[in-house]
Amino acid sequence: MSDFKSNNKVVNWIEERLPVFSMMQHSAIEYPTPRNLNYWWNFGSLAAVMLIIMILTGLFLAMNYSSHTSLAFDSVERIMRDVNYGWLLRYLHANGASMFFILVYIHIFRGLYYGSYKSPREILWFIGIAIFLAMMATGFMGYVLPWGQMSFWGATVITNLFSAFPVVGDYIVTLLWGGFSVDNPTLNRFFALHFLLPFVIVGLVVLHVWALHTVKSNNPLGIDMKGPQDSIPFHPFYTIKDLYGIGLFLMFYMAFVFWAPNFFGEPDNYIPANPMVTPPHIVPEWYYLPFYAILRAFTFDLPLLPAKLQGVLAMFSAILILFALPWLDSSKVRSAKFRPLYRQFFWLFFVDCMVLGYVGGKPAEGVLIKVGQFCTAYYFAHFLLILPLLSRIEKPKPLPASIAQPVVKAAALLAMIGFGIAGFGGQAQASSAGMPEFKKPAAAFSWEGMFGKHDQAALKRGWQVFHDVCANCHSMKLVAYRNLADIGFTADEVKAFAAEKEVPDEPNDEGVVNNRPARPSDRIVPPFANDKAAAAANGGALPPDLSLMNKARPSGPYYVYSLMLGYEDAAPEGHPIPEGKFFNHYFPGNAISMPAVISDDIVAYADGTKATKEQVAYDIVTFLNWAAEPELDARKSMGVKVMVFLALLTALMYALKRQIWKDVH
Amino acid sequence: MADQAHNAQPSSVDGQTRRDFLLYATSAVGAVGTGLALWPFVHSMNPAADTLALSTTDVDISAIKPGQSVTVVWRGKPVFVRHRLPEEIADAAKVNTADLREPETDTQRAKKPEWLVLIGVCTHLGCVPLGQKPADPKGEFGGWFCPCHGSHYDTSGRIRKGPAPSNLPVPPYQFTTDTTVRIG
Repeated sequence: MSDFKSNNKVVNWIEERLPVFSMMQHSAIEYPTPRNLNYWWNFGSLAAVMLIIMILTGLFLAMNYSSHTSLAFDSVERIMRDVNYGWLLRYLHANGASMFFILVYIHIFRGLYYGSYKSPREILWFIGIAIFLAMMATGFMGYVLPWGQMSFWGATVITNLFSAFPVVGDYIVTLLWGGFSVDNPTLNRFFALHFLLPFVIVGLVVLHVWALHTVKSNNPLGIDMKGPQDSIPFHPFYTIKDLYGIGLFLMFYMAFVFWAPNFFGEPDNYIPANPMVTPPHIVPEWYYLPFYAILRAFTFDLPLLPAKLQGVLAMFSAILILFALPWLDSSKVRSAKFRPLYRQFFWLFFVDCMVLGYVGGKPAEGVLIKVGQFCTAYYFAHFLLILPLLSRIEKPKPLPASIAQPVVKAAALLAMIGFGIAGFGGQAQASSAGMPEFKKPAAAFSWEGMFGKHDQAALKRGWQVFHDVCANCHSMKLVAYRNLADIGFTADEVKAFAAEKEVPDEPNDEGVVNNRPARPSDRIVPPFANDKAAAAANGGALPPDLSLMNKARPSGPYYVYSLMLGYEDAAPEGHPIPEGKFFNHYFPGNAISMPAVISDDIVAYADGTKATKEQVAYDIVTFLNWAAEPELDARKSMGVKVMVFLALLTALMYALKRQIWKDVH
Repeated sequence: MADQAHNAQPSSVDGQTRRDFLLYATSAVGAVGTGLALWPFVHSMNPAADTLALSTTDVDISAIKPGQSVTVVWRGKPVFVRHRLPEEIADAAKVNTADLREPETDTQRAKKPEWLVLIGVCTHLGCVPLGQKPADPKGEFGGWFCPCHGSHYDTSGRIRKGPAPSNLPVPPYQFTTDTTVRIG
């Protein structure tokens, strides 16, 4: 470190007072790295990049977010609709959380496969587990912030975990809530902690890298570097390799951000939190599912140890047991490459975790309960029985004398694993059990596919249907009249639509509140003064707000389209429908309060299109989709540009990487 | 280790050229990409669509008597609407604009002489000047007086004395009817 010299006087002046340059030289440039690292070693730096993206997007989201229960949901929707590029920041952040966990899970499994937790890397491993725990806490609290139904009920369920502890449990839960249920104090403190914890993670990452640089990187062979011939300097070899990996990863990440931004999310979270109604099937985010399955696997009470407490203890133990791993696995050989038995059990364990994840995302019923219990037992057996036993009976293959062989190109494999995990993350598309297949329009919805956009003519017709029919009962509180300019209405038409309704004005000089005509800047005025009035006027059933309907139901557009056309005049045999309800094939439970309003020629379209039932349904679904995702057109066209750019950049980085590495291979 | 790095250098001049080209091309494309990626973050701090949509305010001026002023909110800022008396108009008109820090005639500043519409934010450092209420100090020129650092404005809202650099700005406005002003 002391041999650092520069020709630049300013650099030397700073260096003598604060040795940052020699530190960078030492730990980011010269840092001797095993020459045989494969692509599985990219995931650490990828996770660091992801952490930076999360902090950056999170910071700018926080500038527009309100952590009050009465504002949180709407402030998130304002970010999506009104804040410049707000939709991009939010989708980067929400999908970024899933990406972060994908990267970290691969990073952890890489450590498990190659024995990176073994001496002398135990403390490096511990800090890693601490980062994982901090990520889980951060992710959980972040998911609460949009204050949708899943936010609220996720928060309720997870905080209730602590009630399992005897005597102190209820006090802990009250303390966490700051009240007697999840409410405003809870949301406020979760926001504060969600802002803080990422910086704690940054600190832990610094320690993680410090520990790494002290003991040096493990490698696929799991043997120590024996001399200069085994290592290469970090720069430029691994800087360019990491950058190339980042390029590949960003394309994977951006595919979700621009084309499937709600893939990892739950439709229920586009319904504002309602403390009175739990959604029928609540699931945590996919990255908690294996642990959620372990939590639910315990169903028998034992003396002093009720099932609830067993589950909670098992769930925490499932992570904490990783701390004991360096001693549970006492084999001196690190890499599974030379441990024929361990390698097989590693993959069994991997499959076990995947199955647990699958089970965790499904309702706890039938054979899945038994599967979950078996996999939970196996999870712990892997650590407590198999690993200690293996290290005694296994005969490792002979280790090579030194790090010699060139790296394997695994870029394609990396992408495949990523997609595999993403597909797995698709999990709980809350199955509407017993529902018929959704109807599909004769022509696909115009906005589907990679380049699909909302059809302007259908949007204008859809607004006409909404305006003439739906809006008599349904509100659309998140859309403003001014937004109608985006679907092709002129400024004067927008003004006229707004002026049809009245809203309360500011109090005048005498303090009297009069009504004034609505203006384009006002949100679409609801048909009823409040939810109670709306329910009372509709036979006791509140017509839901339609702003987010297409995003708030699984397969939203198809659901709404099918619902519009799914009425029967008389309920079929064996499906008695209560008085005042109507039979619909696609409504959960079949008994819907809304009558069959859509019929042929219910509107006379201004553009002369024939208003068949199917056409009307198509148009209203198109309009509702625009209302829910007004950014869709801009999002997709930006996505194409981003992908073309990333492809070019990644290709360049790949070529540069080959050029830099060609004499090493 | 230095040997290692040295060994890794391309051996041929041709390879060196290719490597340099790739390095510069990748760096350039990467730098452009980083720059473009920063724009959404910066732009997210600009006024949002709903903020921009609230950029007009209608004021009913039928109840403002001569000599009275009202303060209305436009874009989060106070806007002064003063129904000027004939002598105030006369005062404002007779000023020799050559003597002013920011030369503007009164007719340039008021669409109808009896109505003066101003953004009520001192051009020095952003305080709200006094002079809207009957009991307020109006400064040495009968208009407004900023208590923060002592700027005096005349009955046309022009800076006459004190540290402020320019006149109180006139917002875009129009008379939509005889009794209504739309600001913005």
